[in-house]
Amino acid sequence: MAKITFITSDEQSITVEGNSGNVMELAVKNKIKGIDGNCGGVCSCATCHVHVLPEYWDKIGAPSELENDMLEFDENISDHSRLSCQIQVTDAIDGVVLKVAK
Amino acid sequence: MKKSAISCPFEKSRLEKGYGEMNDQDDPVVMVLRHKDVRKCAHNWKTFQSGAKPGRIVIPSEVNIRDVRQIPFEVDPPMHGEYRIILEKWFKRPLEESYENELRKQIEALVEVSMVKDSVEVINEFALVLQSRALTLLFNVPFSESETWISWGTHVFRSEETALDSYKANVLYDYIDRQIEKSIAQPGEDFYSKLLAAEVNGKKLTKKEIKGVVILTFAGGRDTVINAITNSIAYFAEHPESIERLRREPELIKFAIEELIRYFSPLTHMGRVVTEDTQICGRAIKADTRISLNWASANRDASVFENADEVVIDRKINPHVAFGFGTHNCLGATHARQIMKVLVQTLIDKVGAIDIFDYEENIENLGEFKRKVGYKNINVKFHKK
Repeated sequence: MAKITFITSDEQSITVEGNSGNVMELAVKNKIKGIDGNCGGVCSCATCHVHVLPEYWDKIGAPSELENDMLEFDENISDHSRLSCQIQVTDAIDGVVLKVAK
Repeated sequence: MKKSAISCPFEKSRLEKGYGEMNDQDDPVVMVLRHKDVRKCAHNWKTFQSGAKPGRIVIPSEVNIRDVRQIPFEVDPPMHGEYRIILEKWFKRPLEESYENELRKQIEALVEVSMVKDSVEVINEFALVLQSRALTLLFNVPFSESETWISWGTHVFRSEETALDSYKANVLYDYIDRQIEKSIAQPGEDFYSKLLAAEVNGKKLTKKEIKGVVILTFAGGRDTVINAITNSIAYFAEHPESIERLRREPELIKFAIEELIRYFSPLTHMGRVVTEDTQICGRAIKADTRISLNWASANRDASVFENADEVVIDRKINPHVAFGFGTHNCLGATHARQIMKVLVQTLIDKVGAIDIFDYEENIENLGEFKRKVGYKNINVKFHKK
């Protein structure tokens, strides 16, 4: 089981648990505000953009080239941007904190 | 080549130059063809503007038949975002369970009726009907309104006789005026009433602004949705193995939908007006001329998509731009995706083979390029499972 904390744009902190699928699906299931996942997780819509808190970046890792391309022209990109549909929920990311992008 | 195949006419130019050119009513267009360039230009709304003269970013241009600004489509930031805020929630309603259930009832009923017939002309007897009925859910108006919309035919702005038919546009505009007046007299839970009650920056929307939103809602999801539905039927007719696979592995449906939308790219391209002298792929572009963001070409870019010209029904990574990209991405995408999902699920549940009889392709003329966007008509037989 991995515990994942989301910080929404209104500064609410919500911790949820999961052990399968991707982070976007987990967020949508738990109705995390600001994560829509319109495209169902194929890296097309960028409505699941999160900023990984820097201290957890090593746990999550950098985006693939294609994901990076999709993020490149996003309005609110940071050095720690990821599309959460491309992050698998596994024990390896237990405890991470993700800030939902605006 | 299969009857359902849609080839990409832009490949050579995309590889060699990165752009294509076409004329449109003496207001030429430079088409941006590569995935990255399309995204880059879509992102740069300051240089590549949507908030130009109403109708000018549409290709073919509608400047001669429309002076109402479509909102938020023809408005750039910061006002674009202000309008968008009041609309987002309404356009997310398709995700509600009750909405999806109603949509399922509509689509199942239509499929049942279609399976009894010996032959169904998919554009007019199936896709137009499905699209019009589903739109009553998005507007939250009585089902019977769909009869009026069906009677308008497949294009709201275009007709068979001329590319730009101002008579038809007026039918739509007059209809919208009447509906707005009706909701002023008797406010309810419909889209017009919601817009009449909405405020942007502390001010109520004007009738003209409401009309601009409503025109967009009608026009943006008309032939695009009709082509997506019809092309899906043609695809599944020729690919029973895909239906079989989705029946066995329904968890793949979400990938299939995105892949079909990428492959069909029902909206070939959308224009922008250039606000300053610039260049694209080494081609100089003057201020106050037009470019277009060619979604259909970007979606076949082999540097992004493996086997780009094939439908890979379980394509997992699929950064397509069929719903646009960036600030102006499609407001109706949630509704469109729900239609596709429920349609595919219904085909899997109820339909066996689909036979294609005869058809006439719908070919867009874009200067030197000719692109199949779907069919003018296509007759099929739906067999029961």
